[in-house]
Amino acid sequence: MILSQFIILGAALFSLGVYGVLTRRNAVLVLLSVELMLAAVNINFVAFDVFLRDSIAGGQIFSLFVIAVAAAEVGIGLAIVLLIFRNRQSANVDELDLMKL
Amino acid sequence: MLQLLTNLNTIILATEEGGGHAEALSDGGVLASMAWLIPVVPMVAAFAIVFFGKKMPYKGWDIAIGVMAFEALYGTVLLLSHISNPIAKDFSVEIAKIGDMAIEWGWSVDGLSIMMYFVVGVVGFLVFAYAKGYMEGDIRFTWFFASFTLFAGGMLVLVSAPNFIQLIVGWELVGVASWLLIGHYWEEHENSSAAIKAFLTNKVADVGLFIGAIMISMSVGSFRFSDVMHAIEEGAAHSPVLAQFAFWAGLALFIGAMGKSAQFPLHVWLPDAMAGPTPVSALMHAATMVTAGIYLVGRMFPLYAVEGFADEVRWIIITIGALTLFLTGLIALVQDDIKKVLAYSTLSQLGYMMAAMGAGAYTAGLFHLFTHAFFKALLFLGAGSVIHSVHSNNMSDMGGLRKHMPQTFWTFAIGSVALAGVIPFAGFWSKDEILASFEYAGGHYTAAQGGAALGTAVLWIAIAGAFVTAFYMTRTVWLTFFGEYKGKAHPHESPKIMTYPLIGLAVGSALFGFINWPGVTHVFTDIVGGRAYEGFHDLEHHAESLNAVLALLGLAAAGLGWYLGWRIWGPDRETQAERDTFKVNGLYPVLEKKYYIDDAYMNGVIKPIRGPIAAAMNWFNGHVLDFIVNGAGLLMKSFGKVVYWFDQRGVDGAINASGAVTGAGGGMLRLLQTGKVQQYAILIFAATVVLVAGLVIWF
Repeated sequence: MILSQFIILGAALFSLGVYGVLTRRNAVLVLLSVELMLAAVNINFVAFDVFLRDSIAGGQIFSLFVIAVAAAEVGIGLAIVLLIFRNRQSANVDELDLMKL
Repeated sequence: MLQLLTNLNTIILATEEGGGHAEALSDGGVLASMAWLIPVVPMVAAFAIVFFGKKMPYKGWDIAIGVMAFEALYGTVLLLSHISNPIAKDFSVEIAKIGDMAIEWGWSVDGLSIMMYFVVGVVGFLVFAYAKGYMEGDIRFTWFFASFTLFAGGMLVLVSAPNFIQLIVGWELVGVASWLLIGHYWEEHENSSAAIKAFLTNKVADVGLFIGAIMISMSVGSFRFSDVMHAIEEGAAHSPVLAQFAFWAGLALFIGAMGKSAQFPLHVWLPDAMAGPTPVSALMHAATMVTAGIYLVGRMFPLYAVEGFADEVRWIIITIGALTLFLTGLIALVQDDIKKVLAYSTLSQLGYMMAAMGAGAYTAGLFHLFTHAFFKALLFLGAGSVIHSVHSNNMSDMGGLRKHMPQTFWTFAIGSVALAGVIPFAGFWSKDEILASFEYAGGHYTAAQGGAALGTAVLWIAIAGAFVTAFYMTRTVWLTFFGEYKGKAHPHESPKIMTYPLIGLAVGSALFGFINWPGVTHVFTDIVGGRAYEGFHDLEHHAESLNAVLALLGLAAAGLGWYLGWRIWGPDRETQAERDTFKVNGLYPVLEKKYYIDDAYMNGVIKPIRGPIAAAMNWFNGHVLDFIVNGAGLLMKSFGKVVYWFDQRGVDGAINASGAVTGAGGGMLRLLQTGKVQQYAILIFAATVVLVAGLVIWF
């Protein structure tokens, strides 16, 4: 197999995710972009697992973990976004500057 | 503690055949090995009373009486066990070492110690019980019992000591506690001076104790009494160093004993010690403190008894004892303060004990100590009961109290006849043994010991002393309990907590003489004998039977004293005033001035020392100390200015600068905090990219 194809795919996907996180104003899209970054990580995990012929398939197992964590994260994240929207009638992250004192 | 017990260096004296005491001495079993409780419990309790006494239902008295009940019980059990099966054992725990000499803490369980445990415990218990009634309402009630417990505890440390170091510790504890107690009513200057006088007089004598203890310990190479006794037992030829120093060491120890046991001319502190509360006087004069000197001579008795050692000191001891017993007895005749009469009487009786020790009569001297402890405690407590009732110490404010305070009267009367040596009360038996010992000394004293004539002379002085004793006790009883009441208060019988101890002591004063009836019983001889006789044959002479001539002489002297006292102060004199002002011209002024000894000390020793020293101190204080203090003050002031400048400019500047820098830094950094999440994310990604790039380039 050609490892570089998968790594390039992963890097491209990760960069897309970063771009989305930094430029999108809608909190739901920011979350989606985070999911893209996690998917890139998963691709890397699986690719290296196969490339290195890991006997206990650690990379694949970890990618399953990441998927589980990502699902949980999205669940909580969307719940927060929903609450923020209910309170402010907006999901624009630029308006969420309460962390500034 | 168990571990300590297992690590003990125990000495079991090899049992040898001693003069008539062939039965083996036991180690006393658990009763003896747990006897460390005897000195330790009251010492701990004294501190417990200081810290927790005020919170107790009886304000600390309950702790004190509990401790004394324990002491009395332990002492009694130990004594009974000792009578049935003589005990002699020392326990020592090493706490430090100087060269080859071990400094040890220990407890001695032998006849002499057990006798003292019993006396201190039983008399102490009764006095402590009495003291609750007497001290009721005192502002320093709790503190009093703390010091009182310390006093008894110090004495128990002293008598339990198996070595010189511990003996000195106990000795000084007793001294400190006596200072606290004599000065209990320190609001009056007179009382605090009396406390200081007692302390300093004892300190002067203590120098003798230290020198004697050091000389003996150094020449034997051990602080232990058992090693000293062993060296003496081997004889002068085997212990040449000790034999060489024995005379001076024995004399020095005796000077120490003279201080605590108030022998002439170091007796001056004791009458003044009456400034303390009456229970203190009772315990001090009976079971603790003044008996310490007699105990010391008793403990070191073989040193004074065996030829080639300090036996030549004995003629000094007997002379001092005889002087004390006669001269101080006479002073008691002119005292108006009932406690002072008893104080001088104590001096006189201590003279008897000391003279008996000097005559080589170990048992007789200690037996008198034993019986005296009971009847003198009784007399003091009786006097305290009277004082409590009439609110005055002076017999000129008493009189006729027989009807008002019958229990006090009867017990006081028993104490008086016991003191006067009337058959069959305790004092008769012990005094008779002492007279017999003087008679023996009169026949057997060698020239080195002062000669036989000295013994005979002391015998007659002692008989004259018996006369004086009866004389002043008759006067005291008469002026206090007979005639008309002269005071202004309303006399009443004391509460039961005070009269019951009186009855207990009266029983002891009446009966304890029988335990050493010459030729019939020898319980006391066996009690104090056991260990002391071991290894020493014919250490002292024992009367085979009651010496009828001496007994009659003693009784006749007492009878004459009683008769004269009754003639002079009795009811058949014309008027009360005439009885009160009875005087013997020439003699009485001298007695009232106490032979000018106190004046001599004041003018001859204290003032010459105090005057120049005080002036020198004043000059030194005004010129040297003040100069130093002022100079130091000025120096500190200028130094302070430097420090102030440094503080304002240096320290404050540094702190302000650090504050300013932090503030400015914060002002710049706060620009980074925008609250925009994506800006933060950019920063994080940028930083990550920089870090990763750095990592890639680096490797």
